Amino acid sequence: MSLSTVEVVSTEAPAETPGVGGIEGRSPLRLVLARLRTDRVALASIGVLVLIVLLALGAPLISAITGHSPTVTNVDNGTDANGQPLPPGTGGFLLGTDNLGRDILVRIAYGARISLLVGVLATAIATVVGVVVGLFAGYFGGWLDSILARLMDVVLSFPYVLFAIVLVSVFGASLPLVILVIAFFSFAAIGRIVRGQALSQREKEYVEAAHSLGAGNLRIMFVDILPNLVAPVIVLATLLIPAAIIFEATLSFLGLGVGPPTASWGNMLSDAEGVGFQAWWFYIFPMLFLLATTLAFNLLGDAVRDALDPRTERIFAGRRKKKKPA
Amino acid sequence: MLDVVPSPAPAAGGEHLLRAEGIVKHFPIKEGIFFKHQVGSVKAVDGVSLEVRRGETLGLVGETGCGKSTLARCIMRLFPLTAGHLTFDGADLSTLSRSQMRPYRRGMQMIFQDPYGSLNSRRRVGSIIGDPLAIHNIAKGAERKKMVQGFMEVVGLNPEHYNRFPAEFSGGQRQRIGVARALALRPKLIVCDEPVSALDVSIQAQIINLLEDLQGEFGLTYLFIAHNLSVVQHVSDRVAVMYLGKIVEVAEVKDLYGTPRHPYTNALLSASVVADPDKARSRDRIILTGDVPSPINPPSGCRFHTRCPKAQAICSTEEPILKSGAGDSASHLAACHFPVADGEKIASGKATILHAVEGFLAEAPK
Amino acid sequence: MTLLAVDNLTVSFPTADGIVQAVRGLSFSVEPGKTLGVVGESGSGKSVSALTMLGLNPGADISGSAVFNDRNLLTMSQRELRSIRGADIAMIFQDPLSSLHPHFRVGWQIAEAIRAHSDMDKNAALNQAVELLRLVNIPQPERRVRAYPHEMSGGMRQRVMIAMALALKPKLLIADEPTTALDATVQAQLMELLIQMQREVGMAMIVITHDLGVIASIADEVLVMYAGRASERADARTIFFSPHHPYTRGLLGSVPSATGVTGGRLVPIVGSPPSLINVPTGCGFHPRCPFAMEACIDDQPPLESIPAGADHSSACWLPPELTGVGVATDTARQRYAGTYRGPRSSKLPGVRAAASEAAVYA
Repeated sequence: MSLSTVEVVSTEAPAETPGVGGIEGRSPLRLVLARLRTDRVALASIGVLVLIVLLALGAPLISAITGHSPTVTNVDNGTDANGQPLPPGTGGFLLGTDNLGRDILVRIAYGARISLLVGVLATAIATVVGVVVGLFAGYFGGWLDSILARLMDVVLSFPYVLFAIVLVSVFGASLPLVILVIAFFSFAAIGRIVRGQALSQREKEYVEAAHSLGAGNLRIMFVDILPNLVAPVIVLATLLIPAAIIFEATLSFLGLGVGPPTASWGNMLSDAEGVGFQAWWFYIFPMLFLLATTLAFNLLGDAVRDALDPRTERIFAGRRKKKKPA
Repeated sequence: MLDVVPSPAPAAGGEHLLRAEGIVKHFPIKEGIFFKHQVGSVKAVDGVSLEVRRGETLGLVGETGCGKSTLARCIMRLFPLTAGHLTFDGADLSTLSRSQMRPYRRGMQMIFQDPYGSLNSRRRVGSIIGDPLAIHNIAKGAERKKMVQGFMEVVGLNPEHYNRFPAEFSGGQRQRIGVARALALRPKLIVCDEPVSALDVSIQAQIINLLEDLQGEFGLTYLFIAHNLSVVQHVSDRVAVMYLGKIVEVAEVKDLYGTPRHPYTNALLSASVVADPDKARSRDRIILTGDVPSPINPPSGCRFHTRCPKAQAICSTEEPILKSGAGDSASHLAACHFPVADGEKIASGKATILHAVEGFLAEAPK
Repeated sequence: MTLLAVDNLTVSFPTADGIVQAVRGLSFSVEPGKTLGVVGESGSGKSVSALTMLGLNPGADISGSAVFNDRNLLTMSQRELRSIRGADIAMIFQDPLSSLHPHFRVGWQIAEAIRAHSDMDKNAALNQAVELLRLVNIPQPERRVRAYPHEMSGGMRQRVMIAMALALKPKLLIADEPTTALDATVQAQLMELLIQMQREVGMAMIVITHDLGVIASIADEVLVMYAGRASERADARTIFFSPHHPYTRGLLGSVPSATGVTGGRLVPIVGSPPSLINVPTGCGFHPRCPFAMEACIDDQPPLESIPAGADHSSACWLPPELTGVGVATDTARQRYAGTYRGPRSSKLPGVRAAASEAAVYA
């Protein structure tokens, strides 16, 4: 019995991907990246983020070049005759100084490190915990789901500032504590989405097929269901990072997070308290950088969501057509 | 390369590969706001006994709600049985837990109806087909890949498409992927749950032929579930008919289609469409009145009595047992107090429609 | 006097991956009181053509004509079409759950359909709805008229659709896969009903389906569609016993109960239905055809009548006398085609499969 082999004629596939015939396993990842490449807003956001990352990475470099330290009080060089901070552009301070004579630019750069580190790390922890909790809750259902779902509901309705105050007063403000607190309050957002997705995926026929093959529960959760969750999780994580950054800035602003003399955009803003309109460079620059960073992440998250959604194909098709006239 | 997988263990348990006795599966219906309590149950399968002989194809037909899909899943032990015994290849599977079932899964596999839903769209085809080999630790790495590609060729897929995603294949090809996945463990029994219903006509024939050829080459036994009677007639050696959770008739193919004894089988056969205009129009249709009763509250006695043209008093009180009638072969069983004799005509329901049509036409057109 | 005459209907949709040519030059006609069965698989264009005729595809590129009662449906405005829809031409769809409004009671929906085309007041229309439900054999129609679609079974919902369609005694009923989602016994009831109604009311019917069994039961004439065009047209007996087009022949060999199946083994058609974006050149069926010749790759065969049959036409380059479903005719076809085969046609999947007598899976 001889069998003839088949060429992939992708056709009658219904509302799904209009299978473009003859490709070599174009993974969803590649398709998403291709789509993102056409999105100008996404590209701009990525550009901004790259700059900020470079700024953060290059903080020691900037400190070395300007010769200023982010934490060392510098009253002699950094303040004017009356002990007032220097405005931007004077005395080799590109963005001015604060009331302790420290270079705002260098502090911004080091602050970027904190923001990005906390933002990304806290989100990463929250994502991992959220995915695991959500998967277990959604897949197993029953009493486990009841407990975990209630737990997530409680966490989401908790007044986080009060809780943070309590924790800080017990343990003292520190970077690891900040990261853990933020992660703890963020995991539920991801957990709920993952739980919902897991609940619906578990009824699908491919899960039944996996059962019939003899797959164990853990395998089904992580090898079968998890890949189907990647899309919403990535979008949510991308949108969670700016929330985490703001959270950190808030905590630092309240004195509950990163404390002086370490520079954080949050505590730079609290330094600005009482300064008024005169030393505008105290708060404008941290604010602008915070805004730019969070805006970039938010826009990127939206773009990623559109890129992952097969239904938005018309938009991307239009863009592709514009790129190649004729 | 297919010999790399160890051949299935030599036969145990005699002539019957699968034996089901008194299978019952009820799904509880729960109500309540805080604490759900059971108020009733859907009696999807309510006492089914059947046997599947080695190497045969047993067809299982019935309409929506008859419980054939549930029965298939009971046989595959995809959920616990409410009651009954299940013996596969001599081993008692009735009350095994999930982990205890795992080794037996190598002997029985399933092909699903929906070529789009039964494959994980986020996994590559090679990984999907190789899944069973990974789960049962049969092969790793390059060896696994070779085996998977072997199975792909056997079912008519291009082995070079190993890394593609299901979305890049057509419906018929996806169904072949499902077949390859089911074959990977070299099972003895494959339960086919409506394997061709969702496919185009020309592709259906391809898959039917594929399944037939594989049966010969791999020595498979099939439980073939479908609602299309012509397809079932074509592929099966024996056929069982289900109605509302029970088997009403089971016989060799030519006996069932030639001299059906149960009134429901008669109605079903008369209703099925044949692709032959002479036969299609000459057929005397038996029109059943009413709708299928709910499996939550099945009728008393014989479940079919509410719609049966031959029903009499005893039918609503005493449930008939599956037995062979006088003059029929021992393998032809029907559960009926008044089986249909050769050449007997059962009533049809045309009169009602004609009457109403005349009234309708009497009105002046708009 | 033809009721509906469709001439060279072409429908295409622009999409992200290219232009989908759903219908590519379809011509057929329907006589009053007759049933035309339209057979085709996915992508044949059968549903699209029906929807287009009723103006239900506003975004598409449409050309050609569909003349109903001396008026071209394709050039009518939506307002004019609305007066025709329901009253002169009615349509029922495959899935009654999605084509009935889930939020309104069934009786209300039927009454709405009636009132859209007449001056009846609400109560009279509701009474008419009850009578219609009785007509389509729904038990206890007075009660059922107040039910919601999701409270009814699939068969009953489909009967409600038929009731709605028949309410205004249309001249033409288009049924798009009316029985596909239903069980065999319910399917039988429904087809009986349609046949009865059609005979008594005298309306014409177009039944669109992929099920050859339904065609055999209900159609007087059959139109076989492939890749957006008509491949063959004849009366039912001719299609099933002496078809000309290899696609029809192939279909008859693929269906277990069909006339073309001999000796217990199905002979499927190689390959899958074609992409409508990259439609094959020449005859759309040529990649899968076991009898393909060089001409089939280059030139689209026109739909021409077969002199031997009455009203039998086929779009194929094989000579008209080669009709039938037996091994003898297949051999004759193969012999003829062999003499016109060239380097390209010898490599086609359909031809190769037939030549190697391989198990034809691909």
